[in-house]
Amino acid sequence: MDFDVIFGNGLRAAIGPEAAIFALLAIGLNLHWGYTGLLNLGQVGFMLVGAYGLAITVATWGWSMWLGIPVGLLAAAALALVLGIPTLRLRADYFAITTIAVAEILRLVVRSRPAQGLTGGAFGLQGIAEPFYDINPIPRGTYGFGVVTFSENRLWVMLVTWVLVLLCTGLLVLLTSSPWGRVLRSIREDEDAARSLGKNVVAFKMQALIIGGMIGGLAGVMFAIRASSANAESYRSTVTFFAYTILILGGAATRLGPIIGAFIFWFVISGVESFLRQADGEGWLPGFLQGTEAVGAVTFILVGLALALLIVFRPQGIFGNRNELRLEA
Amino acid sequence: MQQSRLGSVLILLAVALLWPTVGSAVGGDEPETPTTTTGAAGVQAYEGTLTEAGEPVEGVTIRVETLEGEEVGAVESGADGRWNVPITVPGRYRVTIDTDTLPDGVDLTDADATTFETDVFPGRPTVVLFALGEAVGTGGPNDLERLAQSTTNGLKFGLIIAMAAIGLSLIFATTGLINFAHGELVTLGAVIAWFLNARGPRWPLVIAGLLSVAICGLFGGVLERTVWRPLRARQVGLFQLFVITIGLSLIIRHVLLIWFGGQRRGYLDYRIQTQWELGPVSITPRDLAIMALSALILVGVATILQRTRMGKATRAVADNVDLSEASGIDVQRVILVVWIAGAALAAIGGIFLGAIESVDWQMGTRLLLLMFAAVILGGLGTAYGAMVGGIIVGLVTEISTIWAPSALKLVFALGAMVLALLVRPQGILGRAERIG
Repeated sequence: MDFDVIFGNGLRAAIGPEAAIFALLAIGLNLHWGYTGLLNLGQVGFMLVGAYGLAITVATWGWSMWLGIPVGLLAAAALALVLGIPTLRLRADYFAITTIAVAEILRLVVRSRPAQGLTGGAFGLQGIAEPFYDINPIPRGTYGFGVVTFSENRLWVMLVTWVLVLLCTGLLVLLTSSPWGRVLRSIREDEDAARSLGKNVVAFKMQALIIGGMIGGLAGVMFAIRASSANAESYRSTVTFFAYTILILGGAATRLGPIIGAFIFWFVISGVESFLRQADGEGWLPGFLQGTEAVGAVTFILVGLALALLIVFRPQGIFGNRNELRLEA
Repeated sequence: MQQSRLGSVLILLAVALLWPTVGSAVGGDEPETPTTTTGAAGVQAYEGTLTEAGEPVEGVTIRVETLEGEEVGAVESGADGRWNVPITVPGRYRVTIDTDTLPDGVDLTDADATTFETDVFPGRPTVVLFALGEAVGTGGPNDLERLAQSTTNGLKFGLIIAMAAIGLSLIFATTGLINFAHGELVTLGAVIAWFLNARGPRWPLVIAGLLSVAICGLFGGVLERTVWRPLRARQVGLFQLFVITIGLSLIIRHVLLIWFGGQRRGYLDYRIQTQWELGPVSITPRDLAIMALSALILVGVATILQRTRMGKATRAVADNVDLSEASGIDVQRVILVVWIAGAALAAIGGIFLGAIESVDWQMGTRLLLLMFAAVILGGLGTAYGAMVGGIIVGLVTEISTIWAPSALKLVFALGAMVLALLVRPQGILGRAERIG
């Protein structure tokens, strides 16, 4: 058992591009759910639309990646509009179920055979991010220490994504401390009160849905760039649940919650996985836990457990403020 | 796409099971050598050779997809008529021949036998035989026959969804909780029945199923007493409870994955059945029995809700918790009964679904969104709404396959739900004109 390796693997995941991408997803959710109270269970749908907006522009239509990125973001905004117009007037539980259903519809359609000409169907689309790696200023090589190492391309994606995370965090700070952000919070606390003060609640919700959805779309764009490919299988609803776990872990309706949550989430997930794999290798695990499938399953069980326990005993997250977000209400 | 017929599937399943003793039993004079491996050695695959009257048939597309209609591979037969689709994950798949790509004058001897569902085992190829030659019989079914067949399939599927969704709807109505872990109750029922039937004591499926339903009902009751009631007493918000169900669903599902494994498995009983031809519809006795039982159970639930004290109390609590409490109904007891009955009904749905298709660790999760669609279509919070909605969802799912690719059938069901939300958010039997 090598604890340096476990710690290193955890750290590598916690600062890696995947953690940054999930932080972006959680930032979008933070605006939706943390600040506006919209229970969006289809955040992965925005991610999918962003990724495929980019991938289709580049791989199917043969246009530039630099055009594909705004296409992906606009597609996410369009999805927010299409999703929001019918559902934002409905009750919160209807909104939740519709968003998850739409995300699942998108995944099924994208990977279906009739869509294969456009989306590559079950095979997905590849080779979409060469221009991004062409402008990589980092010389070839491996960077880092111990097991915490990154290739020059991974480091490049990682740096760009974390910069985007910081920019989006800054954007959210500005937005939520503005009068506009205060209206969002008043909608979260009491929709009728906001309406009685003459605020157009549906319009405010729609604006929040679009901005948060575009941040989710940006996460999808970076996810597609990271692997230089898009495959529908990556966009299952568990991604949304992971993003919620991250947000609740770090503290919903807090500025740094998504970043802290993503860091802790990936550190723990990868650390546990590394620990279990080592334990598996040393033969310490009971029979029913052996094998890679079971190790992956244990991670999911831990996520489920963390989600359930956190929301009961510490709904404000590790660093959150209990008075800011009162879920009990 | 041609309608897949369960009968031919089962016959082919028998062929697949008897392989390699069956060589050229199906079709004309096929020089099939089942032991030939055209793919890389040690890699599981589907393979076969397409010949007509001894001549290889080239350029015919063969597709392999999962039982949910997700494509895993497609290939064209080569100049020697051979085709091979490597499979990464062993399991049960659907193999389809694209009849549009057949050369002129070449048809399947059985026009319905375009699709086979068979297992592929680790490390070796499974041979699938498509018999080419002169078409025999009347050829493809006409539109009306296909409609009749899809309606039957849809009803079969819809009755199961309806049964499983009753609990979801009643739990919501009595406690306000959207139970995201309801799909896992379906899986749990199927997996426990599988364990008792095929792995552990090897009891007949009927006994294993009944026991599994009892265990799942008990599990639902235990969940209510140990998790939900204490949390309600703590005044934990509905949103928090909802997030807990998401966590619970992740936990149960992956415990089942560890216990059951990632593959699809079937029950030992009622596996291979001969199709009955009832007019334009063909159905196995097993599926017919399942449909009859499901209908009977739904009628039973409706009778209980309508006639018994407990049923009336349940409807009262579903309608208005405070008023029921004020009029002396033991609300906590009603909720407990709803949890037990709801979990048991979900388990029955899971066992039936496992008998019709197969058992796997995600079967309930895949059903969950359809159950939500059913509940919302029919009217959130009403038991009868869940029944009506479930049957509609089942019908939409299957009838859409007549003119749309079957890969998209779930999209149609979910699309129907979204459409219903736009037109009539309270659902068909929603509060405005609620029965009872």
